[in-house]
Amino acid sequence: MGMPRLRQAYTPHPVVDQSPAHLRAYIDGNDAVSGRPFMQEVLEGLTSPLEDADLTGLSFERTTPRLIEPDTDDNLQRLFEENRWTDMLPIVLPTEARVEAMLRGTSHPPEKIVGRLRPTVFRESWEFTVEKVAVNAVMAGARPEYFPVILALAASGMTARSSSTTSFATIPIINGPIRNEIAMNSGIGAMGPYNHANATIGRAYGLLSQNLQGGSVPGDTYMGSQGNWYAYTAVLPEAEERSPWQPLHMQKGFKPSDSVASVFFGGWYTHAGYGPRATWQEKMRHALAAVEQYSPPLFVMDPIVARGFVDLGFDTKEKLIDWCAENALLTAREYWDNQSIQLLRPKAVAGVEPYASRLKARPDEIIKIYEPSDINIVVAGGETQGAWKMISGALRATVSIDAWR
Amino acid sequence: MSQLMTVHDPRGYPPKVVGKRLAPRLSTLDGKTIYLVDCLFDNTDVFMEQLRQWFAERLPAVNVRTIRPKETWSDDEQMRAAIAADGDAAILGVGL
Repeated sequence: MGMPRLRQAYTPHPVVDQSPAHLRAYIDGNDAVSGRPFMQEVLEGLTSPLEDADLTGLSFERTTPRLIEPDTDDNLQRLFEENRWTDMLPIVLPTEARVEAMLRGTSHPPEKIVGRLRPTVFRESWEFTVEKVAVNAVMAGARPEYFPVILALAASGMTARSSSTTSFATIPIINGPIRNEIAMNSGIGAMGPYNHANATIGRAYGLLSQNLQGGSVPGDTYMGSQGNWYAYTAVLPEAEERSPWQPLHMQKGFKPSDSVASVFFGGWYTHAGYGPRATWQEKMRHALAAVEQYSPPLFVMDPIVARGFVDLGFDTKEKLIDWCAENALLTAREYWDNQSIQLLRPKAVAGVEPYASRLKARPDEIIKIYEPSDINIVVAGGETQGAWKMISGALRATVSIDAWR
Repeated sequence: MSQLMTVHDPRGYPPKVVGKRLAPRLSTLDGKTIYLVDCLFDNTDVFMEQLRQWFAERLPAVNVRTIRPKETWSDDEQMRAAIAADGDAAILGVGL
């Protein structure tokens, strides 16, 4: 910010869910960082005379080097871990030869700017090149043929290392010919540790996010209270050939021959079920009522489940999505009694729909909590079980992979 | 002795930091108008109300007003203009 001497005072965490008396105790107590009385910090911040350094701020250039001082394999592994450039699992060291090989996976020059990332909206964005993405792809163990997918994710503008206290993860869905070209797995164990491309592309997305955005360090650039296992690696190709429905990228206006990454922000909750069985409607209503309502559902359905829904008359994803939107219900009281939904209240007060109508509802009135456009369905699984998962996931970006070939 | 290796630095490029001066401080708060900026996270309104009450009890000569941006996570120019128009200082509450 250029204001290293900005006057700041800190209460303890958290403010949310605390009573007025508890919050008053924060105010009457000590600053959580300096240990001095909190209000003394506030009042001095408002009234203490400025000094010369306050009048100029601080300007400086920063950069990061291209190469690191030569060292042994063991020492470099330790250095990367100590600097928090890893996900705490061993990495493939990004030697010049390995990075050069990775760069052969794209036609784009190493020095080309790919994009910018940041841990959250109020932090600074860091910039990065094709070569810097390649470095992180090597570290994750990815192969050069996966590189266009990894570049597309890097270019999405969506970080896979959000600093949110809620511990979000970022989940890409891959569609189009690239899935088969690089032998991704949409069959048995698609979401498990059984495929090299799935595993390393997801890991590369996490590593590049934390390193190219300027870090993901607990207590500093990462505040997720519980963390998220999806953050280790989470990428899924849709089983287009075995799905009875239109694939996700075509729903979003792409051609079947396009290779596309759809980036979902979520990974907050996961529900699961079988079916569709005789009581599928009750099961689905229960699951939809048990969501964290700020984060809409991304359904992952085994082809068995998808075909089962077709047999019930849902011959398009859209029809099933419409049913879900009609049946995702809560009382207005429950809907608004949610930390994150509170963030929507200003829009509701300003008359923005559908939030305004939800705010006008009586506390005991049943309201719909999602629009059909909030909900997505993809098909994946090995057809060993009629299983479905409902994963928290809001679609935030849809990016061309072909643009990065 | 283990062989030495040369490897790439995995980090991106941070932006240039441009210095900004702090706003002038007040010599006294008596008779001044201070805005409490509520960032609109859950329960921050309760915190800001407690802060307003603290001023009312301990420094009643200070005119304290609570103000909110139109949306969370957005820079509300109208709100900033309102503070600049008739405020002497502002306390921004950030976090949850």
